Amino acid sequence: MALLQISEPGQSPQPHQRRHAVGIDLGTTNSLVATVRSGMAEILPDEQGRELLPSVAHYTADGVSCVGYEAAEHNVSDPLNTLVSIKRLMGRGLADVKTFGGRLPYEFTADDGGMPKIQTVYGPVSPIQVSAEILRKLAGRAEIAFDSMLDGAVITVPAYFDDAQRQATKDAATLAGIKVLRLLNEPTAAALAYGLDQNESAQEERTIAVYDLGGGTFDISILRLTRGVFEVLATGGDSALGGDDFDHAIASWLREQMGMSDDLSPVEQRILLETAKFAKEELTDSAEVKLEILDWQGLLTREQMHSLIDGLIDKTLRACKRSLRDAGLAKSQIGDVILVGGSTRTPRVAAKVSELFGREALCSLDPDQVVAMGAALQAEVLVGNKSGDDMLLLDVIPLSLGIETMGGLTEKIIHRNTTIPVAKAQEFTTFKDGQTAMAIHILQGERELATDCRSLARFDLRGIPPMVAGAAKIRVAYQVDADGLLSVSARELVSNVESRIEVKPSYGLGENEITDMLQASFTHARGDMQARALREQQVEADRMIEDLLSALYKDGDALLDEDERHCLRVAIQELRALRESTTEHRLLARQIDSVAKASEAFAALRMDTSIKRALAGQSLDEIDNS
Amino acid sequence: MVVGWQVDRSSLDASYRKLQQEFHPDRYASQGDVERRLAVQAASLINQAYETLMSPLKRAQYLLELKNIDASQDSHITHDGVFLMEQIQLREQLSEVRDNSDPFAALEELRNDVEQTFSALQDRFASEYQSDNDSDAFNTVTKMQFSSKLLYEIEQLEADLEDE
Repeated sequence: MALLQISEPGQSPQPHQRRHAVGIDLGTTNSLVATVRSGMAEILPDEQGRELLPSVAHYTADGVSCVGYEAAEHNVSDPLNTLVSIKRLMGRGLADVKTFGGRLPYEFTADDGGMPKIQTVYGPVSPIQVSAEILRKLAGRAEIAFDSMLDGAVITVPAYFDDAQRQATKDAATLAGIKVLRLLNEPTAAALAYGLDQNESAQEERTIAVYDLGGGTFDISILRLTRGVFEVLATGGDSALGGDDFDHAIASWLREQMGMSDDLSPVEQRILLETAKFAKEELTDSAEVKLEILDWQGLLTREQMHSLIDGLIDKTLRACKRSLRDAGLAKSQIGDVILVGGSTRTPRVAAKVSELFGREALCSLDPDQVVAMGAALQAEVLVGNKSGDDMLLLDVIPLSLGIETMGGLTEKIIHRNTTIPVAKAQEFTTFKDGQTAMAIHILQGERELATDCRSLARFDLRGIPPMVAGAAKIRVAYQVDADGLLSVSARELVSNVESRIEVKPSYGLGENEITDMLQASFTHARGDMQARALREQQVEADRMIEDLLSALYKDGDALLDEDERHCLRVAIQELRALRESTTEHRLLARQIDSVAKASEAFAALRMDTSIKRALAGQSLDEIDNS
Repeated sequence: MVVGWQVDRSSLDASYRKLQQEFHPDRYASQGDVERRLAVQAASLINQAYETLMSPLKRAQYLLELKNIDASQDSHITHDGVFLMEQIQLREQLSEVRDNSDPFAALEELRNDVEQTFSALQDRFASEYQSDNDSDAFNTVTKMQFSSKLLYEIEQLEADLEDE
């Protein structure tokens, strides 16, 4: 007989083990990781107590030598192997990288799929790999703090990131071995940190504008807060504009002053940029700054700097106006304006934003930390530690999603600022008699010409039965999930030929590439990884058994017949037996899959029933109210 | 909710939030793939319903769809000559906005005109729909499409002008 267990006095066993979740702000210049402790979001520092992690990785012939502050020290001495501002390259094609990557000193090569890689002494490195190194470092911080494995993370992305940039970020997390609970838009995360910070006014409806200017990206989001629901009304921005560009503007002024040519060595370029950055930061508090580079000395005044950066700031203000219009609001209807991102520390930025909205912009929370803190709050809810009460985020897609039609034009299927998740479908037809295939080209952007939009993916729908032109009916369906990621399917309605694609191959890593990289990074820690994988599958199996039993108990009698109930019970028993006996995580994963399939119809029935119940409840409420 | 033209915004908003609080995929984050996928579908449907009820044009089209009348195609043409003439004039006005000394003021004036027309069409639809005058209601929706499209183009032009 098994012995009964008794716990030590004062240490009752936890009925529900607390899970470890973090929020990660993966920034262009700096990154942070935060978690929730005793209900409060806090940044997790490194062992030296430093909160920021510079988003820098240094490569030697053996691979990554260091990440963060140590890596940043190689900035000037070894610029080609010290990778900075990598976020600007995420999800970008070689052509994009050539246009704005020219500012970075790196040499780019293309891989087999036409994706850009950076040439280092170690060999070609993809931006996704570099981001994974940064994420791994942050996850390491968290695991030390928790003294335990990480159960999941919410990772923030600029609201204006397109599908390819989001997918690349998610791929980087996968590569770092991090379970992504959600990709969260940075301004939304900031609003969350601010919104929950001001609990006293939580009952009333408020409209806020979040102005987020980071190192390399700019976002503006307009949100409505109502009783814990954060509803994004409109978002806009520029995923290639940030404080880095201020540095570049000042650096090119310096270059002119020094009478240097356009053709700088990577080291010279780096020195100018570092000086520019220093000047910008000094001018936050002083009216002028003395500069010395090599044998050159000079003076930069605040006014001069303003004339260098005003054009860039004005660009952000135009995006603010557009978002206001998209939200259908006048400036006067905005309750609060919140400043986020390190670049809003430049007083000129804060002044111009305040002027545009006609009110003082708020920055009571540290603009560098607020995004990670908001992400941590969301992670805490998503991982299941907190019921979340009424907290809910309703976000939008930043850029319209469309399809290329005859003549190279873009037909929009989902317009920008549509609340996600969203599903939309549209019907198209054939152009020629007897046409049996159709090329589907998926685009993102606002422009009319397909060539001016971002190409996300192409695929062919084949096997359309020959018909006269215009007779076939091809239904193309777009589905965007809560992370803002798109999947597309196409179907010929007369014959039911179907072709389906999850949109990601154009700019992210291929499935195989991820697997290869994961394998490579795991070989040295294989045993560890297997234990981890097994543990993950066991947790998943337990969750599934518990959920299914409770679902059967609640709705089994009402929704299923005796045979169906019996099948599910057998499936549960088999899963439970395997969970106890196996050490092979793949076996367990396969069994979990098969139970998921067996219970899919039941889950769908339950969802339908509860929607009907909710809608029925709704109309009763209506009657009560009237 | 009662099927009809009138929508009470505050109760619509409240119902929408309540439903999303229950069915948004974030509520199913710690559950299995199947549940999460179903939640994505449910939340998409709720968003679509909200969008349909919020937009006067989509709401009108949907009300007719409930009567098995398809008024959602762009290809329907109105045969009201006076209305068409008006539309042609408005479009000419739109194309001339750029040449105006104060394009923003010209655009605002145009917008006011079109919004007035759009709002009058909505009232007309409401009464035609109320009295089950389906064919007139259908024609009114066709006209509403013109106004709605024009308003969209006005907004596009305003965005272009501001970005210049």
